[in-house]
Amino acid sequence: MENEAGALSRVSGLFSARGYNIESLTVAPTEDPSLSRMTLVTRGSDEIIEQITKQLNKLIDVVKLIDLTEGAHIEREMMLVKIRAESGTEARDEINRLVDIFRGNIIDVTPATYTVELTGTGDKLDAFLKAVGEEAILETVRSGVSGISRGEKSLAL
Amino acid sequence: MELTGAEIFVRCLEDEGVEYIFGYPGGAVLNIYDAIYKQDKVEHVLVRHEQAATHAADGYARSSGKPGVVLVTSGPGATNAITGVATAYMDSIPMVVFTGQVPTSLIGNDAFQEVDSVGITRPCVKHNFLVKDVTKLAETIKKAFYVATTGRPGPVVVDIPKDITAEKAEYSYPKRVKMRSYNPVVKGNKRQIQKAVDLMLSAKRPMVYTGGGVILDRGAKALTDLMKKLNFPITNTLMGLGAYPATDKQFLGILGMHGTYEANMAMHNCDVLIAIGARFDDRVTGNVEKFCPTARIIHVDIDPASIAKNVKVDVPIVGGVTNVLKEMAAMVAESGKSPEKKALAEWWKQIEEWRAVDCLKYDHESELIKPQYVIESLYEVTKGNAFVTSDVGQHQMWAAQFYKFDKPYRWINSGGLGTMGFGLPAAMGAQFANPKDTVACVTGEGSIQMNIQELSTCLQYGLPIKIICLNNRFLGMVRQWQEFFYQGRYSMSYMDALPDFIKLAESYGHVGMRIEKPEDVVPALKEATGKYKDRLVFLDFITDQTENVYPMIPAGAGLNEMILV
Repeated sequence: MENEAGALSRVSGLFSARGYNIESLTVAPTEDPSLSRMTLVTRGSDEIIEQITKQLNKLIDVVKLIDLTEGAHIEREMMLVKIRAESGTEARDEINRLVDIFRGNIIDVTPATYTVELTGTGDKLDAFLKAVGEEAILETVRSGVSGISRGEKSLAL
Repeated sequence: MELTGAEIFVRCLEDEGVEYIFGYPGGAVLNIYDAIYKQDKVEHVLVRHEQAATHAADGYARSSGKPGVVLVTSGPGATNAITGVATAYMDSIPMVVFTGQVPTSLIGNDAFQEVDSVGITRPCVKHNFLVKDVTKLAETIKKAFYVATTGRPGPVVVDIPKDITAEKAEYSYPKRVKMRSYNPVVKGNKRQIQKAVDLMLSAKRPMVYTGGGVILDRGAKALTDLMKKLNFPITNTLMGLGAYPATDKQFLGILGMHGTYEANMAMHNCDVLIAIGARFDDRVTGNVEKFCPTARIIHVDIDPASIAKNVKVDVPIVGGVTNVLKEMAAMVAESGKSPEKKALAEWWKQIEEWRAVDCLKYDHESELIKPQYVIESLYEVTKGNAFVTSDVGQHQMWAAQFYKFDKPYRWINSGGLGTMGFGLPAAMGAQFANPKDTVACVTGEGSIQMNIQELSTCLQYGLPIKIICLNNRFLGMVRQWQEFFYQGRYSMSYMDALPDFIKLAESYGHVGMRIEKPEDVVPALKEATGKYKDRLVFLDFITDQTENVYPMIPAGAGLNEMILV
């Protein structure tokens, strides 16, 4: 998309005006500062996805659009999660082990908490949260999904 | 030499070849109005309400093929203009609307007469811009005209903060602009067109359904040429009238909710449907589950998002309709084939039987004025050459059914948004674009009151519009629905306390006539277009209150399930 004020609201406005759902949306400038890249996750029948694709392409700020699910692709989401982990408890050790298993990083430590950084598919992040358990989780923040196609094909101008 | 933003603005319009700006001044656009004062190339038309400015620009665009231009101030100026912007958006009318904005330093501060014009218009424009740098002003204006007039046309809003109109920059108006994210398709895919032509030539019961896209792309001639070659039956949507001569025998009238019996039956029973520059609107399709059950569908449209949006299509063609129509004609000629004569003759025989039902019949003996008769008489008296604008409701449907448009650009109505109050200001725009032609505004006593203040504008500019008011003392279409579907509970549809329209017209310096008997209809119309040719005439026709628009397709029904008179 054009990296311009209002471009994001054109996209989100289109979804709300036409009654489409946005499951997740990430956007940031690219190596070309005049362009932003957005990954948007939505759900619908083939007809609805076709209509969403066409309507998005009609937006003048949208430069190029691909449906990643049409081919092999990779999705990643980053999560930061603050977890109750009192020093010297078995729970604290258990969180440590879980972070290792899920290949996350502990990025902040207090006597009572760990803050963990974890990257992966949405499913993996969900699984981690489940493993930690609801009562231990103090706060989570998720980035939303970013996606890229597999192989040599790339989305560029 | 450096010019101020306001001067650049005016120069841009001049270089763009703009004849008229429809607008209304205010604080945020004072610099621009000062620059307008100092030049005489672009004429500014002062309306009485910003909504009328947008409708007038719209009527100008529809009747001339050139983009309409509007200038309003910030805040309420912009919000008043929005109904007209949305009207143009729904009907894909090329228009550039300039809104003043509070100075850049005050944006976001809830300043006096501040509104987020770009935000508030976003869902009803093709695109919009906020100008934040005077050096980008000329380029932005060029882009606005480019986007508004190419591809599927539409309104573009350009919001200009007051400080930008005072700052200075070098002026140069770009001849062309390129936008990497906007490249409208013009030519259709040849293979798809060939597929369509093969299907058309193999059709036994073909039907052609064309919409506003043919008018907008100036495709009337290409369409008529192709239809003459093929001898297919054709219907137009409300937006498409005039694309094919209405007096020709291949023409079946409009289709859809108030379409003719023959058009709707032919749609329902056809085996190949050729849709051109139309968008399968719900007023056209009725219940989509029941729509054209036996047809394979070809759809030509410049907007890919219109294709397969409401109805599944067998042969989609994205492209400018005129180009595609010409290609189709060439391929038909090249193939040396013509549609199967015997099957087509049988199809026509069937259509003639439907036509013989005479679905638009009405009581010619009535002592009350029948609204249909007024429109028929208007057609006779103006010899079918008038530019006819309409408001929204029963009168709109009767105008579409009974005025036979043989030429494009002459039928001007709010088809998509259905905006009451559109007719009179649209007629002003049409009269500016066609000063020598008769412009008639077909309206009702409800609609006309929604922008009646424009009688003042009409006097100021000497616009000799003929207002054909079908006055039945009811919001007729609402009353009709209440009669059919709400057991006659006429909730809020009776128009009480009407003004004396004759005195009202006269107080604005115009001519007013009240017509109460059928035998006076034609003489009044003749007087209005003869003796009072150069005056605005308000013709208040007191019509039969009980008349309904037929045929009618109730909600949820298919095209073959019409209520007939």
